Amino acid sequence: MTVFLLILISSLAVYGFILNKSKASVMSDTNIMHSQPHYHGLYSAFITLVPAILLLFFWSFIVNMITNITLKDFFSDITDTGLIKFYTDGVIGYAEGATDKIINHAGFMPAVEHYQALQHNNKILQFIVISTLSLMLFRYSLKFVEVEFKARDYIERVIVIVMRASAVFAIFVTIGIVLSLLLETLRFFDSVNVFDFLFGLHWSPQMAIRADQVGSSGSFGAVPVFTGTLLIAFIAMTVATPIGMFSAIYLSQYASENIRSYAKPIIEILAGIPTVVYGFFAVITVAPFFRDMGAFFSFTNMSSESALIAGSVLGIMIIPFVASLTDDALTAVPRSLKEGSLAMGATLSETTKKVIIPASFHGIVGSFLLAVSRAIGETMIVVMAAGFAANLTFNPFDSVSTVTVQIVGLLTGDQEFNSPKTLSAFALAFVLFFITLVLNVISLTIVKKYREEYE
Amino acid sequence: MNNISARNKSEKRFQMYGKTAVLIAIGFLVILLFNIFSTGISAFKQTYIAVNLEIPADFDKKNINPRTELNKHFLKMFPEATTRTERRALLSLLSKGARYEFSELINQNKERSIQGYHWFLASADLDMYIKGTVKRQGDTAGRIDENQMFFIDKLLSKNLIELQANKYLLSSADSREPEMAGIRGAIIGSLYSILIAFLVSFPIAVMAAVYLEKIASKNKFSDLIETNINNLAAVPSIVFGLLGLAIFLNFFELPRSAPLVGGLTLALMTLPTIVIASRAAIKSVPPSIEEAAIGLGASKVQTIFGFTLPLAMPGILTGTIIGIAQAIGETAPLLMIGMVAFVVDVPGSPLDASTALPVQIYLWADSPERAFTERTSAAIMVLLGFLILLNLTAIYLRKKLEKKW
Repeated sequence: MTVFLLILISSLAVYGFILNKSKASVMSDTNIMHSQPHYHGLYSAFITLVPAILLLFFWSFIVNMITNITLKDFFSDITDTGLIKFYTDGVIGYAEGATDKIINHAGFMPAVEHYQALQHNNKILQFIVISTLSLMLFRYSLKFVEVEFKARDYIERVIVIVMRASAVFAIFVTIGIVLSLLLETLRFFDSVNVFDFLFGLHWSPQMAIRADQVGSSGSFGAVPVFTGTLLIAFIAMTVATPIGMFSAIYLSQYASENIRSYAKPIIEILAGIPTVVYGFFAVITVAPFFRDMGAFFSFTNMSSESALIAGSVLGIMIIPFVASLTDDALTAVPRSLKEGSLAMGATLSETTKKVIIPASFHGIVGSFLLAVSRAIGETMIVVMAAGFAANLTFNPFDSVSTVTVQIVGLLTGDQEFNSPKTLSAFALAFVLFFITLVLNVISLTIVKKYREEYE
Repeated sequence: MNNISARNKSEKRFQMYGKTAVLIAIGFLVILLFNIFSTGISAFKQTYIAVNLEIPADFDKKNINPRTELNKHFLKMFPEATTRTERRALLSLLSKGARYEFSELINQNKERSIQGYHWFLASADLDMYIKGTVKRQGDTAGRIDENQMFFIDKLLSKNLIELQANKYLLSSADSREPEMAGIRGAIIGSLYSILIAFLVSFPIAVMAAVYLEKIASKNKFSDLIETNINNLAAVPSIVFGLLGLAIFLNFFELPRSAPLVGGLTLALMTLPTIVIASRAAIKSVPPSIEEAAIGLGASKVQTIFGFTLPLAMPGILTGTIIGIAQAIGETAPLLMIGMVAFVVDVPGSPLDASTALPVQIYLWADSPERAFTERTSAAIMVLLGFLILLNLTAIYLRKKLEKKW
């Protein structure tokens, strides 16, 4: 029925387009019109189609709400909201023929009948109302084809509104992120103290299923998770910073144009490789390599999921970020500074160390912060190469856990949405979001300010 | 500072540091790719065993159990297998997939007789031994015991074991049996997700970019949108996964594990990338062309759709392809919305439960079964192949369509 309705109003819109366009083009033979014929056509199609579609959308939304509320009345003797939801879903599934499972409850069959009657009446009413509306608007739109009528202005106004809505959509995404994280985080803090979460030293989110189990409360002190994240990010930056910066310096100052045009894209391939591939690489190659190295130096108490493995592979992934951002910063330094220094007799390395790097220091710091934010937010490498057990340690040979690993561990698999265990993932994600946002804002501000200095 | 030779030495050293850094970075890439390719290439071949079949044309082919029938023929080749352990050892060399291949063979030859040697899929343990992944130690190799090894040597001496092209890898979905597992389901799931991500994010992103570049006046509000988009681009991908979980699954109650939800989540993630690239492309269109259009009486919207967008399209498309390439490799947000299930069917629509290619790689990499390792590498090779294809398209588009002004 709904499909038929959609076809009906769409064909009406197409008909309106053709009618108005041809009428306008006949008119334009003898007059100078404000708008070209196809704008008149579009105007009719728009008027016929859009209000009807919008009404249809809201209609189904409201009807769904009404159905849900009225269906719940049949199960008013049940208190568990999750169970009511399960029953009402069962009613809808049965009534639409998706399943033939009958739930053993006195309210079930009456609810099914109620639902079917509601849907039947609703469909007929919906069809009549919306097709009438569309038809009336169609008739109405046909009157507008006149020499002076500003069809184009109306159409363009609509286009601009759509464009503005698209731009504003980005803000809604941010609001969505903040709200969805914040609401669940606040619910988490209903059961766990904020300070216990931020400053507690013990993290074991496993909640007991039965009350008499040992360790039934679960503890949510996130400090070990934060230190683990910092440790891995630190190792990653130790790998990425020297390699990334020196390659940027070499490629921007020393390398010939030819070498640069090959080496730069090759290094950037590292950034294009999916992180899950790095994770696999860490497990299959780097971990055995470190184990062999450990055995060679008769260093045996090395964990197979050590911070060192995850951190160094993460570092490899970060190299191109550091390299290309540093490169941008270095090449933004005005030539006059460099050439002035060279003309005074300084070697290229002295110029680089004493003139170019100090002059681009802000940019380099900005790139460093962006890379740190990448390292903190990266998920797959650490999920595959670091452990789930959150140890409070700064020993790189131990296994540590990170914020992202915990989020994945807490939210994959079966989950109930009200336990602090699940909600703690949102609290961690909120912290992650907040920290990366701050790092990002700082680095963007630094880079922007510095860029203006030389413009 | 006055010692020239020391200064020259320090210059040389500095330059060498730079060279070494570049070489190390390139070295990592080479090691990574070499590792993936050297472990993955063997997964494109698979071990088969030849079984001598003698099924007459008038044999009742409708009411047979393919498993017992195939086993009967396989055992007939080795009268020396007498004890129960020996027979079981022999039969364990065939994969579970062999019986499906057998019933397919029967179906193709309903009226005819089936004579002679036919190839059937071997088990993953044998496969790894033949490929040399598992080394022989005396009469055992990995999980292969002495009994199995006895028959393997017999089969090898008669040339009845052979490596053939792997039919399953690209044509079937996931399976508990490594030798029958494939990535078709994951590829289709990825394609659905990417298609939806593109259809949702491309129009919104281009419209937003046009608005910010051409229509919005510079004020607090447009600044806010701009900062917002720049910051969204740096939000960790897993946060988008949580957004998808909270909005699409919990609020809108869309089906879990569906490529539809995956696509919508990836769309939100790629949106900022495409907006930023589109803005740069729109900015690079020379104002003289737009001014000429306006001077001839075109309205602002007509100028945008008639001149600005068509001229900026190569840049916009390049940016979009790069965003899509990122989205194809993205795993973390898909884990959050439940696309990690074990799915044995190829999804028929974006609403069916499915995995995606990177998630499949994650699942296989996590599997304790050793035979999955080479298949993981092979799946990575396919994924990298897609990415190379996309990036080459982007480069081609840029070369072909880019105009110098």
